[in-house]
Amino acid sequence: MSTRGGRTIKVDTLARVEGEGALYIKMAGERVADVKLRIYEPPRLFEAFLRGRHFSEAPDITARICGICPIAYQMSAVHAIERALGIKISPEVRLLRRLFYCGEWIESHALHIYMLHAPDFLGYQDVIEMAKDHRPVVEKALRLKKIGNRIVQLMGGREIHPISAAVGGFHKAPAKSQLRELVSELEWALEASLEAVKWTSTLEFPDFEQDYEFVALRHPDEYPFSEGRLVSNRGLDIDAAEYEDRFAEFHVKHSNALQSIVRGRGSYFVGPLARFNLNFDKLPEVAQKAALEVELKPPVKNLFRSIVVRAVELVFACAEALRVIREYEPPAAPRVEAPNRRSVGQAITEAPRGILYHRYAIDDNGLILTAKIVPPTSQNQKRIEDDLREYATHLAAWPLEEATWKCEQAVRCYDPCISCATHFLKVVIERE
Amino acid sequence: MSSEPKRKSAKPPSKPKIGVFKFASCDGCQLSLLDAEDELLGVVGAVEIAYFPEASRTMLKGPYDIALVEGSITTHHDAERIQEIRRKCKTLITIGACATAGGIQALRNWKDVDEFVRAVYASPQFISTLKLSTPIAEHVPVDFELRGCPINKYQLIELITATLVGRKPNIPTYSVCMECKRKANVCIAVARGIPCLGPVTHTGCGALCPSFDRGCYGCYGPMDTPNTASLTSQFRILGQNDDQISRAFRSFNAWSWQFRKASEESKRA
Repeated sequence: MSTRGGRTIKVDTLARVEGEGALYIKMAGERVADVKLRIYEPPRLFEAFLRGRHFSEAPDITARICGICPIAYQMSAVHAIERALGIKISPEVRLLRRLFYCGEWIESHALHIYMLHAPDFLGYQDVIEMAKDHRPVVEKALRLKKIGNRIVQLMGGREIHPISAAVGGFHKAPAKSQLRELVSELEWALEASLEAVKWTSTLEFPDFEQDYEFVALRHPDEYPFSEGRLVSNRGLDIDAAEYEDRFAEFHVKHSNALQSIVRGRGSYFVGPLARFNLNFDKLPEVAQKAALEVELKPPVKNLFRSIVVRAVELVFACAEALRVIREYEPPAAPRVEAPNRRSVGQAITEAPRGILYHRYAIDDNGLILTAKIVPPTSQNQKRIEDDLREYATHLAAWPLEEATWKCEQAVRCYDPCISCATHFLKVVIERE
Repeated sequence: MSSEPKRKSAKPPSKPKIGVFKFASCDGCQLSLLDAEDELLGVVGAVEIAYFPEASRTMLKGPYDIALVEGSITTHHDAERIQEIRRKCKTLITIGACATAGGIQALRNWKDVDEFVRAVYASPQFISTLKLSTPIAEHVPVDFELRGCPINKYQLIELITATLVGRKPNIPTYSVCMECKRKANVCIAVARGIPCLGPVTHTGCGALCPSFDRGCYGCYGPMDTPNTASLTSQFRILGQNDDQISRAFRSFNAWSWQFRKASEESKRA
């Protein structure tokens, strides 16, 4: 659609993202006049109704923020509450939680790489259309996704909103023999992930690099899931407890959203690209090698290459899952007791699409007084807009339809999960 | 539970069209369709996915043979949108606890929603939301309500299949206890005194929680004819106080009338 003296790129329903959002870019000649990533998902008000619930309910309730990454919510919740209560989990439980997270990463990354994002690169509307020409690729994707789901199902009963995570550990820990059953399929998945790195690296990437502030967890010994300090390539190095001092949200009326910034600086980037750039040295050798073979090394500043980075993280997750299963000994008790105690705790964990912050204040009866949740997509939201403001100028000469699709593709690089962000994003009825 | 799906005409001109629509929800129930890894390519071979924004850029206009509706109604705009969807589909199936019972976000229904909004948002004047989170059936006629938070993907496939061929879906409505017994689980409520909502909860999950050494938390909502009063007494015997009992009934299916009543009665007691 054309407007006087310029044109408007408009996507009313952004497809192949989790949740519902819209995109609006207004061009005046080659200049971008306005960018709006509008989130119209209705608010569900989780932070409000968590008040008065017992802390033991938080992992199950917050899981319902997102059907795609429920484990991320469960892990941020249990770690924040454990920090509040001063609970130390056993090393065996710690390992199990890594395996649990591996399952979610494999499922979520396989879904995003092949089913949500690859169709953009290959010019298909969706994976179903893509399957007609690339059936073996899609079948491989489904098998990969399934092994991620199998890990979660085995450990948590079901793929979506698993039921085993608890403050202090798990309700029930799997037997060694149960985990062993996953090995042969995971070995296949590791090989398939290595192929995914090669395959994604052959896609065509628009020439678009930005000077990002990448933010991710960093742990001294391992690629991060649930522990470590929060760092950035611009000198940030903090504990989760300092998160709210260093990051701020503000309200942007047009997008109906609270957007996050690093205080005093601006937008930042969370997710696979940030983790990879800040933790490349902590990837297992097999993943490092796979990345280097396709000439992927930090700092990767091209947003569109995030699909390859996601594949590298698939390699990591499969290798890590195999390592955990090899080392696993069932814990003496699946969880430690969690006593009621007035306290406050914060935690950050790495959801598939970036850092997820939780804070809880708890009273003497174990009831939640206040809760704060900052999902990865709301943290990336301002960065997405900043990218589009820049990227749309590159597309000024493109036919409108292709330019629109390209912008959608750029948004999907962030794997935005709008269901997650919504309870934190404002819904404004626009009156024009 | 609503009536069985309508019969389709005998000679479908082309593949039946399915639309997947989302209201206030977590996306998990529609993800179940993509999570049916072994069945997905078969399903999409048998139907035309006409509207499914989570999976595709293609968004075809109705009418649809089947509308799968996820999520609860929490805004004026959504209250209008569900009317439009009902007009455009032959069979409307709600998937999951949000669409069927208002979801966890229905916890606002007992509180002052304006206070809730102020608690979460810095500029509450920009939020437009209804006082209640309500299930789809409070707004339009629903042909089948599939339970669960999340739904069981095999039940979804069974339901789609049954709808397309015009038979009654094989989706039982008894309690979780039946499934638990069939798995030969030792009853955690009887043997270990763990409060469990299994006796009043709709089957479909595979009795997961008791199989993982914890009490059922009712994510499939009330069974056909639940005796919540009896279970409430049992919870008291197990040492649960009124507040705990009320919270147990007030989770993902809080606004279903049976659980709602039980939660209010335990509060009053």
